[in-house]
Amino acid sequence: MAAEPSAASRPPADSTNHGFRVVVAWIALSVVATPLVAILVGRLFPPGNGSAQGTEQVLDNTVLLSVITPVVCLLAVFFVYGLRSFHAAPGAVVDGPPLRNDSRIQILWIVGTGVIVLFLAGFGTFELLQNGAGGGQGPNPIAVPGGSKLQVQVIGQQWQFTYRYPSLGGLESNQLVLPENTDVELHVTSLDVIHSFWAYELGVKADANPGSDNVAFVETKGPETFHVRCAELCGLWHGYMYNNGRVVSSAQFQSWASQQKKLYAAIAPFMNKSPADGGAPYSKTYLPLPSERAG
Amino acid sequence: MTAVAAPPPRPLWRRLLGFNLLTALVLGVGGWYVGWFGAHAVKGLSIAYFADTDYNELSVVMAYIGGVVGFLVGLGFLNYPIARMRGYPPSLREKETHGWTRYFSLCTDHKVVGIQYLWGIGLFFFIGGLNAMLIRTELLRPNHQVFPAGTYLTIVGMHGTMMMGMMTSGILGPFANYLVPIMIGARRMAFPRIEALTFWLLMAAGTILTSTIFFGGFPTGWTGYAPLSNEGNPGMDNYLLFFALVGISMTLLGLNMIATVLTMRAPGLTWTRLPIFVWGVLSTAVLMVLAAPVLIATLGMEMLDRTAQTTFFVAAGGGSSYLYQNLFWVFGHPEVYILALPGFAIVLELLPVFSRKPLWGYRLAVGGLLGVSLLSWFVWQHHLFVSGINGDLRPFYMLSTELISIPTGFTFLCGMMTLWRGNIRFTVPMLFCLAWFFNFLIGGLSGVFLSDVPSDVTTHGSFFSMAHFHYTIMGGLVFTFFAAIYYWVPKMTGWELNERLGKVHFWTMFIFFNSTFFPLFIAGFEGQPRRVVTYSSHLQFLNDWVSVSAFLLGISMLVFLFNLVWSLAFVKKPAEANPWSSRSIEFQLPSPVPVHNFDRIPVFSSDPYGYGEGPVPTWVAPAGAPAGSE
Repeated sequence: MAAEPSAASRPPADSTNHGFRVVVAWIALSVVATPLVAILVGRLFPPGNGSAQGTEQVLDNTVLLSVITPVVCLLAVFFVYGLRSFHAAPGAVVDGPPLRNDSRIQILWIVGTGVIVLFLAGFGTFELLQNGAGGGQGPNPIAVPGGSKLQVQVIGQQWQFTYRYPSLGGLESNQLVLPENTDVELHVTSLDVIHSFWAYELGVKADANPGSDNVAFVETKGPETFHVRCAELCGLWHGYMYNNGRVVSSAQFQSWASQQKKLYAAIAPFMNKSPADGGAPYSKTYLPLPSERAG
Repeated sequence: MTAVAAPPPRPLWRRLLGFNLLTALVLGVGGWYVGWFGAHAVKGLSIAYFADTDYNELSVVMAYIGGVVGFLVGLGFLNYPIARMRGYPPSLREKETHGWTRYFSLCTDHKVVGIQYLWGIGLFFFIGGLNAMLIRTELLRPNHQVFPAGTYLTIVGMHGTMMMGMMTSGILGPFANYLVPIMIGARRMAFPRIEALTFWLLMAAGTILTSTIFFGGFPTGWTGYAPLSNEGNPGMDNYLLFFALVGISMTLLGLNMIATVLTMRAPGLTWTRLPIFVWGVLSTAVLMVLAAPVLIATLGMEMLDRTAQTTFFVAAGGGSSYLYQNLFWVFGHPEVYILALPGFAIVLELLPVFSRKPLWGYRLAVGGLLGVSLLSWFVWQHHLFVSGINGDLRPFYMLSTELISIPTGFTFLCGMMTLWRGNIRFTVPMLFCLAWFFNFLIGGLSGVFLSDVPSDVTTHGSFFSMAHFHYTIMGGLVFTFFAAIYYWVPKMTGWELNERLGKVHFWTMFIFFNSTFFPLFIAGFEGQPRRVVTYSSHLQFLNDWVSVSAFLLGISMLVFLFNLVWSLAFVKKPAEANPWSSRSIEFQLPSPVPVHNFDRIPVFSSDPYGYGEGPVPTWVAPAGAPAGSE
């Protein structure tokens, strides 16, 4: 040790219990900050209360935020305290105490992060299985809300969505209109490249893949207007692939449907009919010819 | 060891003849045209294949393959195999020891390759950064088009592809190539010619990607999703060739690193004495070797879809667009840890030096690095949470994704406990390392929202995920990349970097990085999807704020560039051998490190983190050991 230039200038052993101070400050800060953040910030989180799934996502986001707030507090306290207390004097190169390990801290840390991770995964799974959380679940969904559902097929193509209502005689429209307080079963597919159907206020997102049927569920609430955007890069006009949709009362929905039927009466004979109307079976997917390449 | 005498200089015209960059460029252009016209001749025989396009895409692919082969031949990569086939003994004739021309030719000195990488990757990093500035220019106004929509998508794709492709080797290329042999007490890498090959392949790849603008660009972003890529312009082939070449370069680089660390460690350098940086390089190299071949195969299949009308990814032909997504992310998720892990390792390597304490929990830190690289194989379908591929596997991928935060937490714990009760010096490299904690914490915690399926439904594919991976990759990798530059470049070049300018660079970069990317979380929450040329007008203020911050971030990069050029080309203040009072072995050598690294192969008796545990060990050679031969 004699050869070490810094040994002589090392300050006397520090008797302050830094660890205790940090832990107390962390607990105090977390106890104050976590409820404040959960109450004040959590409700600002998307996508809002436009649907049952949206409400559930907001709750989910709030819980996640409450879990990460103490983690942020720990690092904030640690770095504010540590960088203030443990900085070297200007120009001095003095060795600190040669601490190499402390298995108690390691075990505490591993247990702590492990518990958080298992809670997050468990909670996320629980929330997911409630009603699917509005995400696309593929052709065989695992989280299916009970009761009768209005089927709507969402057909993506470059660069617009078309909505097909099998229960309205295969009616097709470029407007998405849904009745209020209804469970809706969305079948999302594509005619060409991968798109992603994102109804922001409803909390729904489901990729549209050619040749596959991606099912997502949403339970609408009261009347509102919502935004539909494509959330997967789909070529030149991807940025312009957006539209507005509406949730309306049941009566308005019926009158809208009959109005649309009249509007499309001229071309209705050429469109796919639903099996109820004696038409071909309702196709859940479409396969474009590979030789018909856009661009 | 006897000093190497400088060979007598040859006249310039004689030096220009032979195998060098000039020849390589000439042969590269020649090879390009051979492939171009050759493939056009093939087209005449198979009209049906190309009936639906007025462009012969096979000719684009063959032209670039011919160009790359010509380029490598011109650099002299075939000389050695041919000499060996003709019966010449093995040698390292390409290990030039003098002159600036070695930086522009095939050189097998690992220190030359490291510096070649630093400037080469720096060049393409700069191009990628310029693309980011153009993106933010377009997004200044919600509906006004600065660029046509197709050009904008090409810019977005070039930015992403350049960064994700080039920066995979951002740490391993310059710093691991330069430092790993020194840190393990070797004089060279295991495969010096392959080491040079990885660099020149990367330069060829970068040129190919940049030249996509002559072929109409590509519309897919850096992910290149099929079937959108099936209908792209011929510029799409540039993307495919670029990433395939990067994949080859990565595989070879990784293999070389693994072989070097496994076989060439000096006596006494046991696994628990290995510098943590070398552990980080090793775990990254394993990911590279296992992940990059998947990428090469995927892009090869896509290339066949485009040129030979196979239908791997076309649903109507029996293929699947999910297949591409799966294959891409089987590569793609390890890829993001290929980017992040070297950053972890640099932070853990530098913290002991600047807090004057041993690395706390060495084994836990190593376990964290290896744990991340293991777990990164089991998470890729979180990129497909809403794609509908496998609804009932989502809980598993949610769990595996969140599990990664445990080994990542090891890095945080070891780093924080290393700082604990230390004597922290706020040097420029240390500032960048401390910023890593801030950035990666935000990056990691925003990942919690993306890994949770109900929350991901809204954030998926939005600016939220874009902000998340910029926090992890730019905040995690690029900040540590600069830490490494300020820490090691004086050692590598022998000249100091200006510290005051370094601090200006750090503070402007840190502030404007956060002011650029934090608001993007909000933009994503508000519903702005990624890669859009237009957005809702109520998001204009947010986007303008981000754009202005991004421009200031760009100016901060210019401060760095000025510092680099000013310090290394004009001031040229000689760097001390050990400016940071580090105990690591590379700082016990002169700056810059001599051609043969060590007079005698060192014998290690401890790890390099024994701060406060006695004097720096002297690196002794056992009596009678040879001075070392190649």
